[in-house]
Amino acid sequence: MEVKELKEKVKQVLQKYQLDESVLVDILHDIQAECGYLPKEVLEETSRGLGVPLSRIYSVATFFKAFSLEPRGRHLIHVCTGTACHVRGTVKVLEKMEQALGIKTGETTSDLKFTLETVNCVGACALGPMVIIGENYHGEMTPETVGPVLENYN
Amino acid sequence: MVKLTINGREITVEEGTTILHAARENNIYIPTLCENEAVAPYGACRLCLVEITTARGRERLVTSCIYLVEEGLTVRTDTERIGRIRRMLLELLLARCADSEVIHDLARQASVTRTRFTKQTGNNKCILCANCARTCEEVVGVAAISLARRGVDREMTTPFNEDFSEVCIGCGSCAYSCPTSAITLEDTDGTRVINWPHNQMEFKMKACSVCGKYWAPEKQVEYVARTSGTPLSDYDACPDCRE
Amino acid sequence: MTRLKSSGELEALRKSITEKRDPNKACITICNGTGCQAYGCKDVTAAFHEEVERQNLTAKVDIRSIGCPGFCERGTLVVVKPQDIFYQRVRAKDVPEILAETIGKGNTVNRLLYTDRKTGEKVTYEHEVPFYKKQKRLIIGNNGLIDPTSIDDYLAIGGYSALGKALKMSPEEIIDEVKKAGLRGRGGGGFPTAVKWESARQAHGDTKYVICNADEGDPGAFMDRSLVEGNPHSALEGMIIGAFAIGSNEGYIYIRNEYPLAVRNMRTAIEQAEAHGLLGKNILGSGFDFNIRINRGGGAFICGESTALMASLEGRVGEPRAKYIHTAEQGLWGQPTNLNNVETWANVPLIIKNGADRYREIGTEGSKGTKIFSLVGNIGNTGLVEVPMGITLREIIYDIGGGIPKGRNFKAVQTGGPSGGVLPESQLDLKVDFDELDKAGSMMGSGGMIVMDDKTCMVDVAKYFVSFLEGESCGKCLPCREGLQQMRDILTGITEGCGKRGDIKLLEELSATLVDASLCALGSTAPNPVLSTLRYFRDEYEVHIKEKRCPAGVCNLEAVKVE
Repeated sequence: MEVKELKEKVKQVLQKYQLDESVLVDILHDIQAECGYLPKEVLEETSRGLGVPLSRIYSVATFFKAFSLEPRGRHLIHVCTGTACHVRGTVKVLEKMEQALGIKTGETTSDLKFTLETVNCVGACALGPMVIIGENYHGEMTPETVGPVLENYN
Repeated sequence: MVKLTINGREITVEEGTTILHAARENNIYIPTLCENEAVAPYGACRLCLVEITTARGRERLVTSCIYLVEEGLTVRTDTERIGRIRRMLLELLLARCADSEVIHDLARQASVTRTRFTKQTGNNKCILCANCARTCEEVVGVAAISLARRGVDREMTTPFNEDFSEVCIGCGSCAYSCPTSAITLEDTDGTRVINWPHNQMEFKMKACSVCGKYWAPEKQVEYVARTSGTPLSDYDACPDCRE
Repeated sequence: MTRLKSSGELEALRKSITEKRDPNKACITICNGTGCQAYGCKDVTAAFHEEVERQNLTAKVDIRSIGCPGFCERGTLVVVKPQDIFYQRVRAKDVPEILAETIGKGNTVNRLLYTDRKTGEKVTYEHEVPFYKKQKRLIIGNNGLIDPTSIDDYLAIGGYSALGKALKMSPEEIIDEVKKAGLRGRGGGGFPTAVKWESARQAHGDTKYVICNADEGDPGAFMDRSLVEGNPHSALEGMIIGAFAIGSNEGYIYIRNEYPLAVRNMRTAIEQAEAHGLLGKNILGSGFDFNIRINRGGGAFICGESTALMASLEGRVGEPRAKYIHTAEQGLWGQPTNLNNVETWANVPLIIKNGADRYREIGTEGSKGTKIFSLVGNIGNTGLVEVPMGITLREIIYDIGGGIPKGRNFKAVQTGGPSGGVLPESQLDLKVDFDELDKAGSMMGSGGMIVMDDKTCMVDVAKYFVSFLEGESCGKCLPCREGLQQMRDILTGITEGCGKRGDIKLLEELSATLVDASLCALGSTAPNPVLSTLRYFRDEYEVHIKEKRCPAGVCNLEAVKVE
């Protein structure tokens, strides 16, 4: 996306929230949904638009786990590391996932296909270990099912 | 006025005073690193914890830099429990900032000579008390730097962790307010360098039109002129030559 | 929809809704909660709609997507009403048969019925399923009756009648009723709700705020999510009543962004309530105004802490502050603020509707009513259970939860979330309420209940929770930020075979400092997993340290040596 286009998106989101700085987290969610991540130019534009210091925007954007300041892959993988999934063996699933993708948690594959992240709990504990890719839930994961599941995504 | 007892001494201070200030006014020592009179109380370093008993008999540990004095309050600043807490906090601080003289001094005072914890590197004397960022925002009104990320990944930094902050005026308040000298200022040949724990930035200094001395960063002068609504030309000379 | 101008108009509307409904008409309810979505309930629901059209059954049967009724283990859950025939593990391919047999011919599809593990017998009706039998589903039971996106459904089961009643009471009367009911905060603290309300009512401020905390951050807990997803109006109704009692005109609901369906359903509920005159200006003609806004969380456990949540609502980083001045006096934007959790709010309509005396009939001396737990981990029946306070852990785990699967043995149960505690077998007969759990070294917390079998290493569990909290510490205060990092470091050492003499003592000293010196409850309760595992499973630590062995076979104590 061009910088000009990005700025236009920011403007629209800020208008939607009537330039209310108290909904900064919501604003950043919406901007991230539009842009895929939070590029520097976008945060600068948000700072200008809201009249909030850039340092504070940067603090908030880096404080919350939901936000990424780096481009992310087409498919966002969330491995649930909630307690229920943990006692059912999510650690081994995550290790296998890192191995299969050749990246560490929090990283994106060089072809921008996958980003691997963990999530604390999605509340689908009955099916743990749980992996969410995009909007699809993959339950009862094992190290063996990691490969086949990933193959469904291009 | 409010009457209270600190370590058995009865004292009287103005209402709205914190326990820490009440103690200080009466020459009773309570250690602290993050307390700064110029900004709102924060309560991050926890070294100033004291034990209190309220007039109604409730006992608890409180942060003396935040807790306001009350009539009939009994405060103890040097109990065994407080000692234990401070020593452990200092062990944690020694592990975090082994290169800080200030921390070593505080530790020595509390008879802490070593830390049992894993020593960390890369913190560059910064204890994350946010004195700098709070001063920059609340006193200077600029908010050039802030704490980024959270928990163990937290760092005092510029936006995007660059050697640059667009709004920074180079005033150096961050360095003056830093309790551990994690931020330093160097003024040489018309240039000021501010060294933050993880970034640095250069500023061009303004020379006095009369004596030629470099007296303030240009950006700071512009900022003062702008916020006070006075013409920039008023600041051609340094304060000494302006008289 | 024209706005309702009185509680009389509300009752008239309710009457017209229920009159149009035939209680004897068949209705198929399909769980569409997040848990069942993972099983593919959307396909099942679509299949029902298609098949009903295809088999020309529209006049004979209604299809209703409901929120989570709790039995996540057996999703997708389908119940055929009015008989309440309970089908489990339903797939889209089963749909034609259910319609043809059960709706068409009145037969049950035996292969989809639940099998009682103890007796091996098939169970036909929902209320006979052992998982549900010992529960007391006053709050979550309604999830099974309504489509959460339909305000008519909520009105049909008596929704907003408590609001109608409350608006005719004085604020003091409402607070007294809640006080008499003995309602304590379900979010973790267990603080008497009415006392909070009273302080906020009496506090001076230009504006007062009411907040619903739906930032459910405990990993392995999803009670609040299911309530917001499955019955958003109940929490909303509680909030409106609470706001009226406190004298607040502005409310916020802070919802975890990881719960997209909950956000969506709550948004719909707010729009519906506004359109009906149950929110907004002059609610039910009473002269009382109240507006609610939703804020999404950003993925930070600490924002469950009230002052951190309020900081986040002000557009700042979620850092807590010292609470020497209560938020009831100075909270959001420095104004009097009352914050309660979703489940607490959802209890309010129940108390007002039926009266405090009815409510008090359930529970123990110090803890009244029911509590919803999310029963997860190594347990036969994973799901949400709502039980009367005072039930034993054994009843929850064995009678409702069906015990430990795979022929393994029970080892411990963790209650209260990451900063709760681990309880061993000797505590299974503990009566579950706020005070008993506290005494045993754990806590109620928001209601996570994680069951662990004998293949679980307790040092690893402690390390897991400490790592979690380390990652979630905001980093503001020194003991929490530095202490948790060092604590995790020591625990990692122990689980990797580098444990040494003095480690346990250091863990205990460090824990004491966190308890005493942390700025907020995250830090001061963070040592609980370490302290409770040390209290009940100290020998496991010692074996790791002295013999370099993990009795449960989880830790690889050779890990470091090999490298």
